[in-house]
Amino acid sequence: MADRPAKARKVAASSSSPSANVIVQFESEDGVAAGPQLDVPAEVTTPQLETLLNGILSNEHKVPYSFQVGGLELAAPLGDHLRQHAASVEAALKIVYRPQAVFRVRPISRCTASLAGHSEAVLSVSFSPDGKHLASGSGDCTVRFWDLDTQTPLKTGQGHTNWVLAVAWSPDARLLATGDMDGKVWLWTADTGEPLGLCKGHQKWISSIAWEPAHLAYPSQRFCTGSKDCTIRVFDARTRRCQLTLSNQSKAITCVTWGGDGAIYSSSRDTTISVWDSKDGHLLSCLRGHAHWANTLAISSEYALRTGPFDHTGSAPEDAEGARKAAEERYKEATSSRPERLVSGSDDHTMMLWQPSSSNKPIARLTGHHQLINQVRFSPDGRWIISASFDKSVKLWDGMNGNFVASFYGHVGPVFQVSWSSDSRLFVSGSKDSTLKVWDMKSRKLKVELPGHSDEVFSVDWSPDGGSVASGGKDKVLKLWRH
Amino acid sequence: MPQNEHIELHQKRYGYRLDHHERKRKKEARAAKERSRKARRLIGLPGKLYAQKLHKEKILMKKTIAMHEEKDKKRRLDDGQPQNAVPAYLLERDQADRAKVLSNTIKQKRKEKAGKWEVPLPKVRPISEQEMFSVIHTGKRRKKQWKRMITKVTFVGPSFTRKPPKYERFIQPTGLRMKKAHVTHPELQATFCLDIIGIKKNPNGPMYTSLGVVTKGTIIEVNVSELGLVTPGGKVVWGKYAQVTNNPENDGCINAVLLV
Repeated sequence: MADRPAKARKVAASSSSPSANVIVQFESEDGVAAGPQLDVPAEVTTPQLETLLNGILSNEHKVPYSFQVGGLELAAPLGDHLRQHAASVEAALKIVYRPQAVFRVRPISRCTASLAGHSEAVLSVSFSPDGKHLASGSGDCTVRFWDLDTQTPLKTGQGHTNWVLAVAWSPDARLLATGDMDGKVWLWTADTGEPLGLCKGHQKWISSIAWEPAHLAYPSQRFCTGSKDCTIRVFDARTRRCQLTLSNQSKAITCVTWGGDGAIYSSSRDTTISVWDSKDGHLLSCLRGHAHWANTLAISSEYALRTGPFDHTGSAPEDAEGARKAAEERYKEATSSRPERLVSGSDDHTMMLWQPSSSNKPIARLTGHHQLINQVRFSPDGRWIISASFDKSVKLWDGMNGNFVASFYGHVGPVFQVSWSSDSRLFVSGSKDSTLKVWDMKSRKLKVELPGHSDEVFSVDWSPDGGSVASGGKDKVLKLWRH
Repeated sequence: MPQNEHIELHQKRYGYRLDHHERKRKKEARAAKERSRKARRLIGLPGKLYAQKLHKEKILMKKTIAMHEEKDKKRRLDDGQPQNAVPAYLLERDQADRAKVLSNTIKQKRKEKAGKWEVPLPKVRPISEQEMFSVIHTGKRRKKQWKRMITKVTFVGPSFTRKPPKYERFIQPTGLRMKKAHVTHPELQATFCLDIIGIKKNPNGPMYTSLGVVTKGTIIEVNVSELGLVTPGGKVVWGKYAQVTNNPENDGCINAVLLV
């Protein structure tokens, strides 16, 4: 610095006028101030702020945080950030902190196995909630179970008479429900892949399956299925009987989810979203707003509900009551005692954010995509929404208020599916252009590009333990990707 | 009632003559023999015309039989599984149903280097200069003969401008210029009308390649971007080679097969 001309130094000094010191105030997301106002040097970096905050909150173990200044993510040192965004430092600067997952999922980088076996396109892929099992449904009318340790086929489940469209694991990781094009639902045991029985009732194809959350019933017993025949059926997995039939929508059901407070949400091609009581099956409310088919739904606690009692290492308490408690705890932690939010994506190129428990009017209408939205996903921590669209992009939205945050461009074909890593720091997208792409949330950029499939990628899933990603598509092979 | 139907009228009034049906049966029985004798005996132009007529009748008959067979054929009820399974979110979405086009650019490049393709038409008929060009007489006395007109279909790029007539040795007639080709994908068994990007190789010689002459067996480069082909690396493929399979100058269109 000593050899820099005096003038340049002066300019630097004046342009970095907020340089010397900044008075900051840490705030949690709920607006609760943490500690006193602090006078920090401008060149303070995020890790330093993290250390500072951990000290203030006297955390026993160091928790990673992300920081936001004026609604923008703090990536550079504080002074640089203020200069870039011309933020005022007249008043005390509010820095909103958000705790992040204490574990870190490593980005996948290579294909470790190409599992051949299906003789038709792989239509759906799903990891079990504990991340120990993998099942795939295909156009060859079979469900296949795969051994993740040896990366070999484990068992072929035969029974379906048509394409297997939907695959869903129960949150206790003991059962798998699969629905096919003929409207039949088969149940399988997770460990051995033996068929348990057939649930009949639907007349037309099953579009999606959702299980009752683990904190409401453990071991899992009930699941609901949405079908083209405009009904939603709630089945009992033990008796394989249809308990309830829910119908008020006039076109095919596209997506069903089972909320943590016991409501069933269903989106339909007649543009409405219905909310049902899962106990007796009466209609709680009907959410209207979309102008075209509603394609997809996601609730803010979906990740916690999916994984049930299993934490990020895939372990859960042994006894049923303990596991139920653990699931409840995880659910509460995920929602932090706020009501659930629901986001729906539609063929009218928009998404809508709802809070069904309080109002049947949307909180926000999320516009920006140029083509239909095929899938929306809430991040595991419930703070972000990503949407996969046929306009070849993935967009990131704020999960609280629905504000647009960022676009991820890179695919050259429609993006079919997206899946979050369990630490909410990465997500993977699969596209018609036959590639997978891993995106980084911090830099908002492409992290890894994964070519390998020789055809469209129909289904992508990131395992809850974070270790691997499975993808299947039109080229009939299932691929496993690891770090 | 039309005036010329007097026979029908008579038959209606007085009935058929007594041996009418007998005569009719015999005539019909004789007809085949009559036909074959005619086919044997007629010579010269009447013979040719008669053979042509019979040929047409035969084709028509075969077509009719095939249609009836198609109608009576018992098909397996394919309510079960249509091919090309799609996930639930793509059902009823009317997407172009295409089996995949596995393009491999690396392979294509390697071939390019070797200058050799495995093509559907490995051998082509050599075309002589006399057939390819017609001489144009120029000069005041029409005695200069250095100008040639190309009698085959040509492709010229979008930015093509003719040379000044004084220096134009080869004329590419505008009526025989073409920009589009009907390209068949051999695996898909589907044909698309695609833009021609360029002429890669005319097997008759480099001069014809540079002139843009399109004859049977010519390798052309076509714009396949609208087919939505992607490389394994996820890049969009837009130019691919195809080989011309017809004689464009005779047919008025270019048919080609994509080289996958």
